[in-house]
Amino acid sequence: MDAALIWEWIIKSVVILLVMTGGFAYVTLYERRVLARMQVRIGPNRVGWQGLLQPVADGIKLIFKEELTPVGADRLIFILAPVITVIPALIVTAVVPWGTEVNLFGRIVPLRLADINVAVLYILSVTSISVYGITLAGWSSNNKYAMLGGLRATAQMISYELALGMAFVGPILWTGSMSLGDIVSAQKNLWFVVIMPLGFIIYVIASLAEVNRSPFDMPEAEQELTAGYHTEYSGMKFALFFMAEYIKMIGVSMIGATLFLGGYQGPFVDAYPWLGPIYLFIKVALWLFFMIWVRATLPRFRYDRLMAFGWKVLLPLSLLYIVVTAVLRLLVGG
Amino acid sequence: MITGILFFDVMAVLVISTSIGMLVSRNAVYSALFLVLNFASVAVLYVTLGAPFIAMAQVTVYAGAIMILFLFVIMLLGAERLEGESTIRGQRLFGGLLAVILLGELTWMAVFQSGLSPAALTMPASDFAGPTQIGLTLFNTYLLPFEVTSFILLVAIIGAIILTKTDNIGKRIIRPGKD
Repeated sequence: MDAALIWEWIIKSVVILLVMTGGFAYVTLYERRVLARMQVRIGPNRVGWQGLLQPVADGIKLIFKEELTPVGADRLIFILAPVITVIPALIVTAVVPWGTEVNLFGRIVPLRLADINVAVLYILSVTSISVYGITLAGWSSNNKYAMLGGLRATAQMISYELALGMAFVGPILWTGSMSLGDIVSAQKNLWFVVIMPLGFIIYVIASLAEVNRSPFDMPEAEQELTAGYHTEYSGMKFALFFMAEYIKMIGVSMIGATLFLGGYQGPFVDAYPWLGPIYLFIKVALWLFFMIWVRATLPRFRYDRLMAFGWKVLLPLSLLYIVVTAVLRLLVGG
Repeated sequence: MITGILFFDVMAVLVISTSIGMLVSRNAVYSALFLVLNFASVAVLYVTLGAPFIAMAQVTVYAGAIMILFLFVIMLLGAERLEGESTIRGQRLFGGLLAVILLGELTWMAVFQSGLSPAALTMPASDFAGPTQIGLTLFNTYLLPFEVTSFILLVAIIGAIILTKTDNIGKRIIRPGKD
């Protein structure tokens, strides 16, 4: 293990963290602009050209806001909860490949940080840890709305994590590997969304619920729970929850694009490896557009229907999808 | 080699201190969180042993699913605070005694049975705990225990459903004809 390799890893990690946090800032602007267009408004367009400096202004505003800690809150956990929420969101995409290999100043650099052979399980375990932040935020605030929001979020995320995990099984079965690099290579000629459309649909629904996006934004249903688990949070602590939600959106889009939409694969990617990250970026941007579109279109689910849908419809469907995929795999020959 | 031993020492201290923290904490939520940290640090030990699959499964299943349900129950019952001293007399003394006996037993095993020589320990193959190997072992060598376990889990799931649906089932058992 030479020093250059360690430096390479550090630089790649920094790049991932910067891309994710910068991505967060601009996804908020993207969402506000797209939502505004869908509602026949203009959206933020005053700060900078086309509103491009709006996220910077928002960030400065949030930094200078007063930070409040409610009386009777559990101080340590109240401070830790936003951190526990943000870290899993930041590290979950470490296993996603962005491309093949490029020649950078005479050094062959693979465009991926960690292509481990248990990548899919890594994603599952990191997402399962991120539930803690929300639960603890709700509990430590010493506020009944926050508590109810936290409990709802926990129940929802645990329920939909099952379907999400099941949706991962299809690509694993087809490729015979848990490494995302292998899964992308196997989609060179045909994207998995064509072979397993049911798995793709299950992934889309479950991932919306996993990141608490509309129509599954139950934990923060304003009309019932004021703001759910982050009711008592203000200033940068609130910003961290906000950040976690948007980074998770980018994360599930990246993982979904990698599992079902061919990841960095696209025309001429073999000849020009730099096209890989660009293709991945386009797919993620389209996926994010779809998520915003869903938010603008669908009303919120009722809570009991959400749980019933998760356990009685989505879970049996995902079991069926695994059986069908396994049979198909045997018929195609493997 | 030295860095490996140092890393192991740090992790071992972390594992032991988090489990002690879980035991002595007076707040049930903190106990649960200490246990989560404990699972996570044990998972790191699995990674250093070359078994990433088991490490990830450990985090997903224990830290991610089971402990969050524990936390859920603690929060729903509002049973975070432990009131006063424990009600069973002499519990601590007896527990301490048992712990000393266990420690003595483990030391005896480590010193006299294996002789504490590194030569006695053989490294397994580097891919001994890969997903493929675990799958093959489970479905070839341990097929029957695996099936029995899944059957027990199925029974437990059905039991949980019946326990939460007592009203309807009770009516049906009492008046089978009228339903």
